Amino acid sequence: MRDVAIVAFGQSAHRRRTDELSEVDLLMPVLHEVLGATGLKANEIGFTCSGSADYLAGRAFSFTMALDGVGAHPPISESHVEMDGAWALYEAWVKIQTGEADTALVYSYGKSSPGRVRDVLTRQLDPYYLAPLWPDSVALAALQAQALIDAGDTDEGALAEIGARNRTAAVDNPYAQLTGDVPAGDHLVHPLRTGDCPPIGDGAAAVVLAAGDTARALCERPAWIRGIDHRIEAHSLGVRDLTDSPSARLAAEHAGAFERPVDTAELHAPFTSQEVVLRKALGLGDEVRVNPSGGALAANPIMAAGLIRLGEAAARIHRGESDRALAHATSGPCLQQNLVAVLEGESAHE
Amino acid sequence: MSKEPVAVVGIGQTKHVAARHDVSIAGLVREAAVRALEDAGLSWADIDAVVIGKAPDFFEGVMMPELYLADALGAVGKPMLRVHTAGSVGGSTALVAANLVAARVHRTVLTLAFEKQSESNAMWGLSLPVPFQQPLLAGAGGFFAPHVRAYMRRTGAPDTVGSLVAYKDRRNALKNPYAHIHDHDLTLEKVQSSPMLWDPVRYSETCPSSDGACAMILTDRAGAARSPHPPAWVHGGAMRSEPTLFAGKDFVSPQAGKDCAADVYRQARITDPRREIDAVEMYVPFSWYEPMWLENLGFADEGEGWKLTEAGVTELDGDLPVNPSGGVLSTNPIGASGMIRFAEAALQVRGRAGEHQVDGAARALGHAYGGGSQFFAMWLVGTQPPPG
Repeated sequence: MRDVAIVAFGQSAHRRRTDELSEVDLLMPVLHEVLGATGLKANEIGFTCSGSADYLAGRAFSFTMALDGVGAHPPISESHVEMDGAWALYEAWVKIQTGEADTALVYSYGKSSPGRVRDVLTRQLDPYYLAPLWPDSVALAALQAQALIDAGDTDEGALAEIGARNRTAAVDNPYAQLTGDVPAGDHLVHPLRTGDCPPIGDGAAAVVLAAGDTARALCERPAWIRGIDHRIEAHSLGVRDLTDSPSARLAAEHAGAFERPVDTAELHAPFTSQEVVLRKALGLGDEVRVNPSGGALAANPIMAAGLIRLGEAAARIHRGESDRALAHATSGPCLQQNLVAVLEGESAHE
Repeated sequence: MSKEPVAVVGIGQTKHVAARHDVSIAGLVREAAVRALEDAGLSWADIDAVVIGKAPDFFEGVMMPELYLADALGAVGKPMLRVHTAGSVGGSTALVAANLVAARVHRTVLTLAFEKQSESNAMWGLSLPVPFQQPLLAGAGGFFAPHVRAYMRRTGAPDTVGSLVAYKDRRNALKNPYAHIHDHDLTLEKVQSSPMLWDPVRYSETCPSSDGACAMILTDRAGAARSPHPPAWVHGGAMRSEPTLFAGKDFVSPQAGKDCAADVYRQARITDPRREIDAVEMYVPFSWYEPMWLENLGFADEGEGWKLTEAGVTELDGDLPVNPSGGVLSTNPIGASGMIRFAEAALQVRGRAGEHQVDGAARALGHAYGGGSQFFAMWLVGTQPPPG
């Protein structure tokens, strides 16, 4: 395998509404930021890959307009996944592994504000047996939270502490949407309170990947991707143990996460209860700094929030604040699909 | 380290029809996947990862349907990727899957593309709400017809060329048991007198709206050695994209298409595509796109593409058969249409195309495009492993 690193990361300031901005408007500054950080121009990038969802934009082919923000002329080698940008990063990593590219630009964006995101996400469910009932994302997460409480894995007080810890950490994150002293609030769907749920917002993120010496030339301390893998589980919640995440554990195994301890983990856990599941599945103890960025509880631009976990973990390595970090992204109801990457700074294990 | 050679060892399609009321979306994709596994002599346990593609989710009204399809495609516990690059997606999906093998991330990958268009109305699904698009620009035909007209003006091609393509492709489809449109009574006169939909594109020169899926099994050298049937080897593959609109955009012959073909030919060491390629499965949703892409892909000089069509060069028994399967004009589950092109090219070089087999096809090109003539995906497959 080729050594590939995240050499730059940028994100927008996540906000509840961005009515005055198109997706391109949202994305352009972020793309310019990461290209500027590396000194690369769009046409010097070997491969470009993005992640987004038409259902958020409410129109078909919404990603075609976003391509305008890249400046894809002369034509570029480019692809798109209808997934969180973390999976776009995975496709780009594979492309670099083939040797056909040495650098890649990866971006994703999501504007949740135009629609009612809880309703929109019900369209993700089995269209015959589940979607007609419109069970929304909070209700499904609440089922998972109740299963955890019933199993003795957590209680409402512990969940509130998770929310408070993430949003306290987010005070130091200038891009976060919901920070500081956020009340636990009333039950939204029992046992989840408003404080257990992510903010709804719009945002974009981008990273630049580079291989080997190119990465070293572009970044003082590249965040090397030592392993990356993703796995999916059955769709039906009725056949899954919602208190566990075997797909996250399997992805972590394949990414080599259990070979040595990590010092930092950025988990894509939009609900407090999902952090409980992921900590257990990934074997993260109290010695690991979990979500120093505040995680998805502080900013959750759908389709970008997973890529942001990879970017936040990488940025921490760039700044010398971490030597070995785990980054996680999720998709689907109740953590159905999970991606895990292990990132390291150069000096971590020479 | 060089790339791992990639082989196509299994291909499965559903019988494409206007509406598969008898199966769910999961049933449709599983049918194609099972046929591909049977062709490859493999079982679900042999598959390391699944790469799925389809066009806009509005076509079925399911957001990111791969989540719900994980079980039907045997993906539980495995990696599953969902690609979406507009009309080129079927081709892009195959290329993403091929890269997983080429990069030695996985050894054997199931790739699949589908569309179940009967779940909605594709024309309106493609018609964006104002202000994203001007009113009355209904469907893909409304978008592409002016570019066809521009080609006709630029080249002076006679008005009848489009009908020749449609008549050829629909007759080829009669030899393909999986094709959607099997119109045994079609005549050239009927094509030429069919209703005008988007001038100059007539009803019979337009792709249908289909329910269908196409699956392929891609594997490495070791996997190919175990294949019960001859594999198709990937000699080159590429994607290129350009913006929808920009100053200098040539909708008739987009630069991204030229660049994509040039990249594939470079990888496959093709210097004279017209002479060295034996069959082409190109994405022709409206008849006139055959002569247009013949030029864009380097099979004819600029302004000369229509002459190949008119002279019968692109007929099944011609010098350069184009769309022996009947093409998109006969079968169009949109998200799968690109993968069907890639798979039909592979069938040709495997010698398994049945009645629409091109004799002795050793190298074939699969081509797909999408968006506003801005996304291109192509691969070139051959009977022999790539050199080196």
